[in-house]
Amino acid sequence: MTPSARAAGSVAIPEARPEDAASFIEIESLDKTFVGQDGEPVVALQGLDLDVRRGEFVTIVGPSGCGKSTLLSLVAGLLETTGGEIRIGGTRIVEPYTDLGFVFQSDLLLDWRTVTGNVLLPCVMRGLDEKAHADRARELLASVGLEGFEDKRPFELSGGMRQRVALCRALLLDPPMLLMDEPFGALDALTREQMQVDLQTVWHRTQKTVLFVTHSISEAVFLSDRVIVMTPRPGAIRAILDVDLERPRDLNVHDTSRFTGIVHEIRLMFQEMGVIHR
Amino acid sequence: MNLWNRKWTRDAFWMVVSFGALVGLWAGIVWLFETPSYLLPGPGEVLGSGRDNWLQMIPHSGWTILSVLAGYLLAVVVGVPLAIIVVSSQTLERILYPPMVATQSIPKIALAPLFVVWFGFGMFPKVAVAFLICFFPIVVDTIVGLRSIDPALVQLARSMGAPPRRIFLRLRLPGALPSMFGGLKVGSALAVVGALTGEFIGSDNGLGYLLLSAAGELDTALLFAILFVLSLLAMAFFYAIEVLERLMIPWHVSQRAHTG
Ligand SMILES: Nc1ncnc2c1ncn2[C@@H]1O[C@H](COP(=O)(O)OP(=O)(O)OP(=O)(O)O)[C@@H](O)[C@H]1O
Ligand SMILES: [Mg+2]
Repeated sequence: MTPSARAAGSVAIPEARPEDAASFIEIESLDKTFVGQDGEPVVALQGLDLDVRRGEFVTIVGPSGCGKSTLLSLVAGLLETTGGEIRIGGTRIVEPYTDLGFVFQSDLLLDWRTVTGNVLLPCVMRGLDEKAHADRARELLASVGLEGFEDKRPFELSGGMRQRVALCRALLLDPPMLLMDEPFGALDALTREQMQVDLQTVWHRTQKTVLFVTHSISEAVFLSDRVIVMTPRPGAIRAILDVDLERPRDLNVHDTSRFTGIVHEIRLMFQEMGVIHR
Repeated sequence: MNLWNRKWTRDAFWMVVSFGALVGLWAGIVWLFETPSYLLPGPGEVLGSGRDNWLQMIPHSGWTILSVLAGYLLAVVVGVPLAIIVVSSQTLERILYPPMVATQSIPKIALAPLFVVWFGFGMFPKVAVAFLICFFPIVVDTIVGLRSIDPALVQLARSMGAPPRRIFLRLRLPGALPSMFGGLKVGSALAVVGALTGEFIGSDNGLGYLLLSAAGELDTALLFAILFVLSLLAMAFFYAIEVLERLMIPWHVSQRAHTG
């Protein structure tokens, strides 16, 4: 990242030192309570503790409404905590933290910009020079197999291609961390598996710290170093599972007994919590 | 491009055919039933009347165009900022929205005589009625457009460090344009209705005034000629807005794929 891009972020973070590489994101007894439509308090998250190492791929699975999206918003500083605290690289998050890339289930591409224009959106939003980053945008697009589509409009792309553009957009300013909220949730099964493989490749190449939310247990196990299983609302951590499968993984890992064992373990937890019934 | 051109010429061809058929039908009815020309003049008579009276019709058309444009532009200039205010503050919405809806429930045509009493004959009552009648769809559709932004997009922009003003200008406003143009197009047709109404009620110029005086003299051929000029003007206005729309939002679904 260029120095100017870093300075434009609203939170100055110290450069990473090897000794604090241990914990990059630190979440400590985090609470979040919303005021619902009827004025009643809605406890979304309660007493959540989590540490994420620099460069780690952590996935959160949990029943709908347990606070996964809320957790990502809190990490990005887009919502205020009602208790506890979040630190990234040692800095306490009290305002939007902009040195990260966000990817949502909907690709949120702007119809009025070209593919490259969409990848350059972080520049526009921060008031940086778009031209200075145009080469980087093209490189990123090429790295996910989208060379030749730079000047197309989003509506000319398939769902999978659009989500790749969204990923490039998140990576444009080379943030150390990615927040991904069900990014492949709207894709068909085949495209989805391809995207998982490609995301793993990007992750290996870029060494990002990733906080990933999904409803797919196998997607979580395939991608992650650790899987966080959450309880129904109020969301808390039910269990943290280490996925000790070798990297890089290919799709055939799905058929190994280690893989199915972890998937099974997580599914049992959901059954135990009454989230899914047999 | 070639295909689009071909389609365009095809469209134009069929338009000529369908209008030609209508005129033929009209001439046929007049010839068959020998309708007196004060009831239904034939196409030839109307054309003749247009030729005889065009010198007189031009300044009157000018006045009508002026009132339509003035009322319409006023509605845009007042309506769009008002819509922006309404979506940006809940309090202001509560204050401004009910009276806006209330004025909408008054038949604007009923207000025209009042405007004549207040402002006399002349431009003002016409412009006022045109303004009032096209104001509402412009405001409402702009509000709908500004509200339709995906909350996740706002979240994304904030995570990129965008200040609210930039989110508004670069995301919310462009996203609102398709809906806004819906209101602008409906408004363009209504503005013509409004200006004519104003001219009916209290004016000594404009095509509405000319229409009334032609009716008074049972000059039905002139009446028809004026009607044609009026619909041509209204159509030209509507298509001007459509061209503007095509220029400003070529990316929108409604503007895509003119092939087919
Ligand atoms: N702005 C808000 N106001 C009030 N309640 C909210 C708000 N945002 C979220 N909630 C509530 O907080 C809880 C957690 O919501 P959240 O969106 O984080 O769930 P989630 O785990 O992401 O669900 P899903 O898997 O369906 O996406 C829900 O019960 C939701 O209704
Ligand atoms: Mg969610």
